Amino acid sequence: MDYISILKDICIYPGVSGHEEGLAGYVARMFEKYCSNVEIDKFYSVIGVIKGNSDAGKKVMITAHLDEIGLMVKSIDEKGFVRISNIGGVDSKVLLAQEVVIHGRKDIFGVIGAKPPHLLKPEEVKKAVKMQDLVIDTGLSAEEVKEIVSVGDIVTFKAEPFALQNNKFSSKSLDNRAGVAALIGIMDNLTRLSHDCDVYFAATSQEEVGLRGANIAAYNINPDLAIVIDVCHGEIPGSSKEEAFPLGKGPAIAVGPNLHRRLTKKMIELAKEENIPYQVDVEPGDTGTEAWAVQVSRSGIPTLLVSIPLKYMHTVIETLDIKDIKNTARLVSRFISMIGNEMEDLMCC
Amino acid sequence: MLLKELTELNGVSGNEDEVREYIKKEALLHATEVKVDSMGNLICYKKGKSSEYKIMLSAHMDEVGFIVTGYKDGVIKFSPIGGIDERILPGARVLVGDKKIPGVIGSKPIHLQDKEERGNNIKLKGMYIDIGADNKEELERLTSPGDYIAFYSKYTEFGDNCIKAKALDDRVGCAMLLEILKESYQFDLYACFTVQEEVGLRGAGVAAYTVNPDLAIVLEGTTCSDVPDVNEHEYSTVMGQGAVLTLMDRTSYPNKKLVEFIYNTARENNIPVQYKKTTTGGNDAGKIQLTRGGVVVASISVPCRYIHSPVSVMSKKDFESCLNLVKKALDKLSGDASLIGSFKD
Repeated sequence: MDYISILKDICIYPGVSGHEEGLAGYVARMFEKYCSNVEIDKFYSVIGVIKGNSDAGKKVMITAHLDEIGLMVKSIDEKGFVRISNIGGVDSKVLLAQEVVIHGRKDIFGVIGAKPPHLLKPEEVKKAVKMQDLVIDTGLSAEEVKEIVSVGDIVTFKAEPFALQNNKFSSKSLDNRAGVAALIGIMDNLTRLSHDCDVYFAATSQEEVGLRGANIAAYNINPDLAIVIDVCHGEIPGSSKEEAFPLGKGPAIAVGPNLHRRLTKKMIELAKEENIPYQVDVEPGDTGTEAWAVQVSRSGIPTLLVSIPLKYMHTVIETLDIKDIKNTARLVSRFISMIGNEMEDLMCC
Repeated sequence: MLLKELTELNGVSGNEDEVREYIKKEALLHATEVKVDSMGNLICYKKGKSSEYKIMLSAHMDEVGFIVTGYKDGVIKFSPIGGIDERILPGARVLVGDKKIPGVIGSKPIHLQDKEERGNNIKLKGMYIDIGADNKEELERLTSPGDYIAFYSKYTEFGDNCIKAKALDDRVGCAMLLEILKESYQFDLYACFTVQEEVGLRGAGVAAYTVNPDLAIVLEGTTCSDVPDVNEHEYSTVMGQGAVLTLMDRTSYPNKKLVEFIYNTARENNIPVQYKKTTTGGNDAGKIQLTRGGVVVASISVPCRYIHSPVSVMSKKDFESCLNLVKKALDKLSGDASLIGSFKD
């Protein structure tokens, strides 16, 4: 499985929360290679199904959100400079001197310029730039901009993926296209593994603005068990062991009230038996992931969370280790293959 | 366009080799003689029909960037070379060393920042470059302290005749100078591609001493602050309003008669021209002017927004205006050599 090539394709495809339509179609075509049935729901989540061996098979849902953070056009000034607001958690500090695409009547390129340093007031030198003070320069006159761009248009970051040393990979939108790549990896693994349960792969929308796509998908699919794949913070200089996980040491399996205890324990045992590297992510409450929404869907869904360590989350240089995606796919596909008839017992508390 | 090739080459001050090699190859097609001095300045001589006067045109090859200073926690620590606004660094992509190893300038994700960190800029001291190395040994195997680091940015044409690139300061000057070198004049022309402008105008003085010109014109990319939240009286230059003439900056007073001569040449030929309205910054003219017994100088520049960043922006129209103006001015000087001596009087 060539994860780098998959990631290069899906990371540069624009899919800001609430505007996933195009990306959903793109991902659906990728799913069709493996799934017997692929649908795009009302929220533009992509649902692909791979049937299990058993007629009385249980339903497992695996989610990874496909949306990305981005920007929205707020106003256009008399000189054609475009002001913006954020969609999802965007750090304005990392936007200066970045390249963007405004998705207007057509896509136009722009840069987020910084005010020349010698004109900064003393407080501006120290204080972080505010979102409201950032402007996009499209190199067009106000009249030209207004013909193409409207208030409310979506803006995505333009950053070419960078292959770093030792399987490290840097790109925008790895949160959570890395998870979407893992879904495809799991599908590929399942072609070589037998499994009783029917597997519903959900590449979900609107996670970054409130876990909405997963909410809808969980209700519609109504699974017996859900596994959420997302990213967690990768270890960086100065980060603490509790909040960040080293890259290349395997996926982080979350434990805590948001996750089903017996199934999580089973997954950890499996990782040990199969020699799949893993880390334990202790989550005392809200995991900040779709697991939080899925767990309480309908009459409650036993939920697991597997996370891929990612450095510099929500920047255009998000960085991960390809090995961690591979091991995430290995772990989750083995787990699906293993839980068959014994699932009933495991699911009690 | 030559500017694409020139801006995608790396030539951080002190390490201009790649840019020099490229320019040298082009220059050899048109120059009478090409020399490289001990600092790395490329001096291209084009013999004139009469050798009564020597005119020096200069553009610097170097660009701002960084240098590897050491390692910490599996990442590269670095120092800037030249004036770089540290606010633009988090999230930047760079190429490290001669092997051009890709790296990123990482910073703490917003989710892990405390309130104070969220509200304040990230300090250069705390920044680092991540190349994906697993440990210090690997970093040491792939890089060395002293390795030069350049911004990574692809040349992009966009908007209304605009270009986005790194190092427009001063590859625009280099591109113009290579064009000028194709022309033949009455006077001897010395096209000097200089080094180390960004760390204190180091190369140009040396080159001017060697050339000992009667007159020098510096071709530059200069600051352009016609952006929101800047008062109009603070605009140094305006993008799209043509070639920029400097009246005064922190390093030089260009020769008043020469500046006036160039300004009038622009007006006579309907070439858009503007004065730089702030006195901030400085360029090679400062060093050239003070060489030997003093040299008559002027600067002609292309306005560049977001200068010294990987997303510098300029208008192709301004580039054309500059190049046209330099050509027309040189034509006039070539046609009436007595003008060259007259600026001193």
